[in-house]
Amino acid sequence: MPKRNDLRRILLIGSGPIVIGQACEFDYSGTQACKTLKQEGYEVVLINSNPATIMTDPELADRTYIEPITVEVVERILEEERPDALLPTMGGQTALNVTMSLQERGALEKYNVQLIGANYEAINKAEDREAFKRAMEHIGLATPLSRLIRNREDAMSFLEIVGFPAIVRPSFTLGGTGGNIAYNREEFERYVDWALLTSPVGEALIERSLIGWKEYELEVMRDLNDNVVIVCPIENFDAMGIHTGDSITVAPAMTLTDKEYQRMRDAAIRIIQEIGVDTGGSNIQFALNPENGEMIVIEMNPRVSRSSALASKATGFPIAKIAAKLAVGYTLDEIANDITQVTQASFEPTIDYVVVKIPRFAFEKFLGSNPTLTTQMKSVGEAMALGRTFKEAFQKALRSLETDRCGLISLSALDHFLPGDDLSPSVPEHIRTAIRTAHPDRPWHIADGLRTGISKTEIFAATHVDPWFLDQIEELVLFEQRLLGQARACARETTTETVTIPDAVFDGPDGLELLKEAKRLGFSDQRLAQLLDTTAAAVRTFRNDRLPHVTYSRVDTCAAEFEAFTPYLYSTYGRECEARPTNREKVVILGGGPNRIGQGIEFDYCCVHATMALRELGIETIMVNCNPETVSTDYDTSDRLYFEPLVEEDVLNIMEVERPMGVVVQFGGQTPLKLALPLARAGIPILGTSPDAIDRAEDRERFSVLLTALGLRQPRNGLARSGEEAFAVASHIGYPVIVRPSYVLGGRAMQIVYDEPSLRSYVKNTVITTDQYPLLIDQYLTDAIEVDVDAVSDGVEVVVAGIMEHVEEAGIHSGDSACSLPPHSLTTALIDRIRTQTVALARELHVVGLMNVQFAVQGDDVFVLEVNPRASRTVPFVSKTIGIPLAKLAMKTMVGHSLRDLNFTRAPVARHIAVKESVFPFTKLGNVDVLLGPEMRSTGEVMGIDQDFGWAFAKSQAAAGLSLPHAGTIIMSVKDGDKPGTVNVAERLQALGFTLQATRGTAAYLLERGLDVEPVNKVKEGRPHLVDHIKNRQAQLVVNTVGTASSHNDSLPIRREALQQNIPYFTTIQGIQAAVTAIEAMRKSSLTIKPLQDYHPT
Amino acid sequence: MMKKAILALADGTVLEGRALGFEGEASGEVVFNTAMTGYQEILTDPSYKGQMVLMTCPHIGNYGISPEDNESRRTWAEGFIVTEAARRPSNWRSELSLHEYLVHHRIVGIEGIDTRYLTRHLRTHGSQAGVISHVDGDQDSLVAKAHALPSISGRDLVGTVTCDSTYQWKEGTGTWPQHLNASGKINPTPTRQFLVVVYDFGVKQNILRRLVDEGCAVTVVPASTTAETVRAMNPDGVLLSNGPGDPEGASYAVPHIQDLIGWRPVMGICLGHQILGLALGLSSYKLKFGHHGANHPVLDLRSRKVEITSQNHNFAVRLSSAEHANGLLETPWGLFEPTHVSLNDECLEGLVGRTAPVLSVQYHPEAAPGPHDSSYLFGQFRAMMEQAHA
Repeated sequence: MPKRNDLRRILLIGSGPIVIGQACEFDYSGTQACKTLKQEGYEVVLINSNPATIMTDPELADRTYIEPITVEVVERILEEERPDALLPTMGGQTALNVTMSLQERGALEKYNVQLIGANYEAINKAEDREAFKRAMEHIGLATPLSRLIRNREDAMSFLEIVGFPAIVRPSFTLGGTGGNIAYNREEFERYVDWALLTSPVGEALIERSLIGWKEYELEVMRDLNDNVVIVCPIENFDAMGIHTGDSITVAPAMTLTDKEYQRMRDAAIRIIQEIGVDTGGSNIQFALNPENGEMIVIEMNPRVSRSSALASKATGFPIAKIAAKLAVGYTLDEIANDITQVTQASFEPTIDYVVVKIPRFAFEKFLGSNPTLTTQMKSVGEAMALGRTFKEAFQKALRSLETDRCGLISLSALDHFLPGDDLSPSVPEHIRTAIRTAHPDRPWHIADGLRTGISKTEIFAATHVDPWFLDQIEELVLFEQRLLGQARACARETTTETVTIPDAVFDGPDGLELLKEAKRLGFSDQRLAQLLDTTAAAVRTFRNDRLPHVTYSRVDTCAAEFEAFTPYLYSTYGRECEARPTNREKVVILGGGPNRIGQGIEFDYCCVHATMALRELGIETIMVNCNPETVSTDYDTSDRLYFEPLVEEDVLNIMEVERPMGVVVQFGGQTPLKLALPLARAGIPILGTSPDAIDRAEDRERFSVLLTALGLRQPRNGLARSGEEAFAVASHIGYPVIVRPSYVLGGRAMQIVYDEPSLRSYVKNTVITTDQYPLLIDQYLTDAIEVDVDAVSDGVEVVVAGIMEHVEEAGIHSGDSACSLPPHSLTTALIDRIRTQTVALARELHVVGLMNVQFAVQGDDVFVLEVNPRASRTVPFVSKTIGIPLAKLAMKTMVGHSLRDLNFTRAPVARHIAVKESVFPFTKLGNVDVLLGPEMRSTGEVMGIDQDFGWAFAKSQAAAGLSLPHAGTIIMSVKDGDKPGTVNVAERLQALGFTLQATRGTAAYLLERGLDVEPVNKVKEGRPHLVDHIKNRQAQLVVNTVGTASSHNDSLPIRREALQQNIPYFTTIQGIQAAVTAIEAMRKSSLTIKPLQDYHPT
Repeated sequence: MMKKAILALADGTVLEGRALGFEGEASGEVVFNTAMTGYQEILTDPSYKGQMVLMTCPHIGNYGISPEDNESRRTWAEGFIVTEAARRPSNWRSELSLHEYLVHHRIVGIEGIDTRYLTRHLRTHGSQAGVISHVDGDQDSLVAKAHALPSISGRDLVGTVTCDSTYQWKEGTGTWPQHLNASGKINPTPTRQFLVVVYDFGVKQNILRRLVDEGCAVTVVPASTTAETVRAMNPDGVLLSNGPGDPEGASYAVPHIQDLIGWRPVMGICLGHQILGLALGLSSYKLKFGHHGANHPVLDLRSRKVEITSQNHNFAVRLSSAEHANGLLETPWGLFEPTHVSLNDECLEGLVGRTAPVLSVQYHPEAAPGPHDSSYLFGQFRAMMEQAHA
């Protein structure tokens, strides 16, 4: 069937900010959908509140709304844009939920908008657990024994039937938020209450536990002609009980017989038909009893998903792109397979390699979080690796995580252990205990268990990891032991002092065979060096001299049955290299690797822009990245794609094959930046700002010299290499101080310390201070305003593109604070000084490309906090706000274009204001504090854009999921230092008609100043106290600021409760001030929406 | 250290790897199969007689060997080529490891070679003869042996795999252990039992099981059985099974089939389809590297629906443009209509008679291994028999 001609304009809903459970994969799918629909000649209207996405680039859609994804806003878009159809399946759970609400309130009918891809009934059948269960029963498939409950009593009575462990899942939440496994009555009651709260419909499912069953996912595509194909079967390394987003997953499925697989495939086809997803992709999860093959259907997502992004990258079959084409009426046999060119999309990819995805966690940033893996997703990112075998792919995946682990290292100091060596019995006992917990480190502990001789049977009983996977890990361990044995033998044989590892171990034909096998098994040079007590460089040199170079194979969807025309490559040690590099002028762009806190989609956005800019200039682009969620790892984003770990060895290998004119390290965040030096040493030209200039900005001592030379101020600071030195430096600077270890990303382990005892405990507990990583100590500027500046320079001209004023005070990590562009309170004189200083810094550092500077303004004084001569997290936000693609321009300057040639010599003066707000994962990680601080903890961001600051801020809050109240009661409890600032807030709130309540100290202060405030008890002061009020939802907004560490703990229940009740809360006085401005604005005028294209008419 | 093995091709290509399976030397035409599951079914598929099978999926043997997964009474592949064979299998039904199975069935194998390289080589240069040896370390000698092997074209491989004598088949897929029965297509209330005679050109047992599922009584006869003998059995339908090699090699069956067309409903599968094609007056040809896998898309020309099919053939039937100028083929039994075509290379995949009750496909509706999309064809065959009876 050809495409539909009755549709002209299609609305696409994005997934909003990056949160746990919804990350870049929806930018990838949304971008593919936008591009495809445009190519097919449709007008695309788009809404997404996340400015850091490629899909919200104004060129991608015809009308791009960066507005909160709420049902009210989307309905306004329907009213103004009158689309013919809505494609709800590309924006994750967010888009589905909004679509469901639109249908339920009659908006789709009112504006005559047709749902394409999946209709209301299908979405409902898949999402509503009861309906889904009934549908499965109807087609003869089993689902877990379960019951939907709306109160605790029903839950308790059903518990009698299912028994422990019991699964508790709230309905309609994403990433399994609020899901838990209860092993006892007390836990069960707690989890049921929590689930009923988190569910937007106050409903939860109690379910029989299938813990320990094997878990599988099938990605299914269907067209209007009822053709169905399975794109890829994925098997989880981790058994049922761990959320699939937190599981290591493997493609293709490894331990299914054909009969089992075909039964699953048949079931998947019947499910998509029964649910009635007309076109597009769905993800279906199955559990399989390892004892007898019993199969149970777990769930279905009637939309593209994280797994479909993974399956697309794993096979080369672009699910979202094809789903978009199917949604407008094409059938699978009418769509060409881009990769083979000669075949159609109507087939099932088959692969001749193994894909391993591994999740990346960030527990270390959340004090009080529980790192045990459960049915609620907790990971913040993922890496994927391809290899010819599982072992190779697995080891590549491990090093792709960038957790400073070069492979399957020992976590119990067993790297040189051989069976027969002395071993304290406490070691295996410790490992046994570790293995029992579903912890992110479990794969490493399993390897350690095998090293010490714990049997696979025992490990299987403790983990339910399939014996086949355990066997694979054992093979790696056995190989290590062979290698260690060989090394010891060499050491014994040699009497001279001159023996050089690796030469001695790998010498001779058997030695070379051993090295070849090591590489085929995926051992990194670094890991081999660790095992052999030598350096990675020595292994590399030896290897390059004596062994064939690594080879690259193509991802071709068909196991080599047809020629692959797309250079989508992965490394392996094979017989033939299919890289076939061109002789064109080319540039390698290094991506950002797995998402983590501090390094996310913003950097992928910049990398994608870099490749777009170079392609515009006719330069070949080569992307290197290992994050399967991203747009950058789409096979047609760049001319060539290497899906490889971003570590020195793997990147240098690519350079040796490609020999580019230069490499871009400044767009992918810290990951590629760390590689700048080794690359430069290997003679690869680094494009743009020199590695030396980067070092001048990063090295504290050189940076101080630089600032002094320019006559710029910075907070008093010092370096400490020991505890004693730290106390001396701090008392010299004067408390409070900000302390952090050097060379860290996203402010890891950064703290504000108010006195020496606190510093003492920080030094003792948090950080190991060494010569290599000294402790950095800075004066903490109280009540200062922080300012972020992004600039572009071509080495001569400097354009200050955006000056952003933070809402929260300096000291709150810039990645966590809200900010406004342009500044909403700074004077023109201050702004001018900031601009001048930025230009001076860029000139002095000879910046070519992007630069970000962070300033603090205290009174009339301007301090430089830090300079990052690279792409910053705010580049996409600034670009969307001013309507200039900064990263693209920066890339062009890096290959020799002047800003003058590019016609960008000054930033446009904005007539609107944009606010960036951060989004946090607090609800998912257990009992963590929500207080903002110098350690970054947000996972994503949203943008609110409007004519004034109040509305822009209001929109940013709505986009972040907080609805500011129009009326009601506000509870305040603030620290002494904030009391004066509260007066103005209280007056304005009172004028707006809010009822004010405050804890004693705050109330007394405000009462004295003539405000009408009702005192409430603190938790310690008896009941009812303010937490009771919050629990009873008697407050519509909570303000809580705290000073000393002890008061943090006392007031934690206030903040946690507000969070759990989803009541807006503010933990800084600046935050509530902005919120009050927003409430005032919302009172004064009603919501207006406007697409980006109207903000920046071309 | 593991024992070494060498694979040599007739064109001089040599790969060294590790010995797998029975220790010895084997030869045959090297073909690659892209299915990701089903190695046991493949090893026991008589269609692989004369061939050494390379699996493109890198891990083979993971789920071991289970009794229900055999597709015939023994293994037939001459040799087995994989990237990595699992040391220890993991599956609730598994009774043996792949290696043990290969040893038991005296199949010589090789692992630890770059199978992607070899696949690309075969794709570019076409299928060719090869030798796997664990015992001869002389590469030149092995290449010479490979070079000297006869081509499979024109050879009667069917004669080596067909049954010696007629037998009845009773097992359906419903007799499998619980949680295995995947087809979901078992005909619950057969209106009457039809007798089907199956010409065994190298039949896969799942064809027989699917016929039993459809409520048929199944009698399997040797490939050389005469039409007269079949007529004497008075079956309701005749099925021409899959099998190895070139249909020309089994041309002795052609006159008997010509005799049966139009007399009773006939269904052809794979080699059976090709032999039927010869009977209808069409010619066959050899494909460059054949179709071997479980992901081949086939378009139903009537409904425009696509089936993902299991395929395993080196030869195909050609419809010359003259013969199907109007899309139809004239035969002594009336018009025949091409019903299915490969989406990958437009190879003819299915035929039906307009007047004669004949249904024939190049691919494997019995799957095993592979998708069940085409399982409905057995229902169509049954419907033909019902109609013939009405």
